[in-house]
Amino acid sequence: MSAQTWAREFVHRRRRGAELFLLILSLVVGIGGYAAVGLGVDQQVPAGIVGYGGWLAALIIGAHVVVRMVAPYADPVLLPLVAMLNGLGLAVIHRLDLAAGATQNDGYARQQLIWMTIGVILFAITLVSLRDHRIMQRFTYTCGLGAVVLLLLPMLPGIGKSVNGARIWIHVGSMSFQPGEVAKVLLVITFAGYLVLHRDALALAGRRIAGIDLPRGRDLGPILAMWLISLAILVRQSDLGSSLLFFGLFVIMLYIATERRGWIVVGGGLFLGGALVASRFIPHVTARVDIWLHPFDHYQTATGPHSDQLVESMFGMAWGGLLGRGFGNGSPYRISFANSDFIMGAIGEELGLTTVLAVILCYGLIVERGLRTAIICRDDFGKLLAVGLAASFALQVFVVIGGVTRLIPLTGLTTPFLSYGGSSLVANWVIVALLLRVSDHARRPLPDFSFDPGEATTQMVRLPS
Amino acid sequence: MSELTLFLIRVAFLAVLWIFVLSAVGVVRSDLFGARVEEPTASSEARSRWSRAKPAKPRRGAPTHVLVVEGRSQGERADLSQAPILIGRGADAAIVLDDDYVSTRHARIASSGDQWFVEDLGSTNGTYIGSVRINQPTAIAVGTRVRIGKTILELRK
Repeated sequence: MSAQTWAREFVHRRRRGAELFLLILSLVVGIGGYAAVGLGVDQQVPAGIVGYGGWLAALIIGAHVVVRMVAPYADPVLLPLVAMLNGLGLAVIHRLDLAAGATQNDGYARQQLIWMTIGVILFAITLVSLRDHRIMQRFTYTCGLGAVVLLLLPMLPGIGKSVNGARIWIHVGSMSFQPGEVAKVLLVITFAGYLVLHRDALALAGRRIAGIDLPRGRDLGPILAMWLISLAILVRQSDLGSSLLFFGLFVIMLYIATERRGWIVVGGGLFLGGALVASRFIPHVTARVDIWLHPFDHYQTATGPHSDQLVESMFGMAWGGLLGRGFGNGSPYRISFANSDFIMGAIGEELGLTTVLAVILCYGLIVERGLRTAIICRDDFGKLLAVGLAASFALQVFVVIGGVTRLIPLTGLTTPFLSYGGSSLVANWVIVALLLRVSDHARRPLPDFSFDPGEATTQMVRLPS
Repeated sequence: MSELTLFLIRVAFLAVLWIFVLSAVGVVRSDLFGARVEEPTASSEARSRWSRAKPAKPRRGAPTHVLVVEGRSQGERADLSQAPILIGRGADAAIVLDDDYVSTRHARIASSGDQWFVEDLGSTNGTYIGSVRINQPTAIAVGTRVRIGKTILELRK
């Protein structure tokens, strides 16, 4: 993990021009998608296209200007990818709004645009106020505590509320928020900060049992406790997707930090065991697995678990085929929650496999840029942080798209940037800001610390007489 | 609106989407191959943009060797022409230190351009410049005191 490649170091260029070019293309996708929705559904270019396009362009260009000013060496591809996904998501949500009979000013797309504005503002604040990601290392335990508190908030009577069987929301006034999304970022910071200090002890000290080096309890204890608490909370709130995400994140970061393959084996074994037990004994999970294996047995049944959502999405993707039906020609509104968990189903129907592949490729590129940042990053905390953020992205996309396409049992998670959901969108914009901060640090040429006693002329200083 | 127009809109949208994805891949590619690899010998123009321009020839003040100035191995030295110089307790080190607080392969000193760096090789007790433990390759100049275990090294002219 130490930066041993520095002797033949890359000198990265700033590439802000390339970023601007990609951002303009992403705007074309976003605004073009919005126009295509209007043309397909109402046979005319939507009336508010100028206002909408202007708003979106202002947000994106604003984010670009912030990056140009405070993170000039940051990765040039991350921001455009995110902007494209967000724009495409807005267009699809708008399409579903129109199907539900909402107008331009009261649909989910409108709210999503407001959430995106908040997300971009937080993105800018994060980049401007956090000039060096290593500062976060000081708040390792504060972040851990913050994550646990945030995860506990929905359990509180009064502000917590159960929505669709999962108690993961808080309501303050008319605002609702999913604190788990923010807790995810905080937990990544905690893991990174803790593991960077203790990875040597974790990797080297300890007993070897059955071919696996077990670390000492006092090294693993705090992080394990923190992680078990968050997992217990999540399981109690029956938020399967997030528990899966946190578990995977923990195993991946432990593996990266200690460079021990044993962790993957242990983590995979624990996961398989846990999954088997859960699928056998927790009724909620048993139903999910049953729906996954036999979706058509539960389609429009009178009683028991319903698989309508999954089956409608499969119908939609099959009907969409390679090129899709086109905006307005499909019926993605048949899928319940098409604008959040099942947005990939809606995209698959109206925009086809071609777009689904492009979207998955974009997610892949985001993860690749995150891991690349981790590789070139010079400090270990930055490496672990970038890996953690990229892995959280990868896991979330895998879990949700795998669920929608029936590769794995469905667990509720939002598709990053595409789905309707304020907390997820805002948290993901902050994640991108953190990744850009680390990559700016990693790609910046080494500062010149040297002073040159041979060359420097002695400065004459007039002494006060 | 006719079927054909809608079809064209659909295809145009997909085309724009894929143009975006492929340009993104193109930028990633040019980022990979467009980055200059810094030559270890000649001071590249990229570097000189960020620092003062430096002559290519070894200057008058350039260091020539590493010297152990404090500790049990005091007086040991290694010529910088053999760079990179490995420092540690192991037999393969260029400077073998007799110090219990030093790891087998503790640190190394190498150059990039005409700048000398010290890098910790994952030692147990760390490498310090002043009172600061270094966690990335750190530039050192003539006379900078690098502490390894109970030993202190310096670059000398």
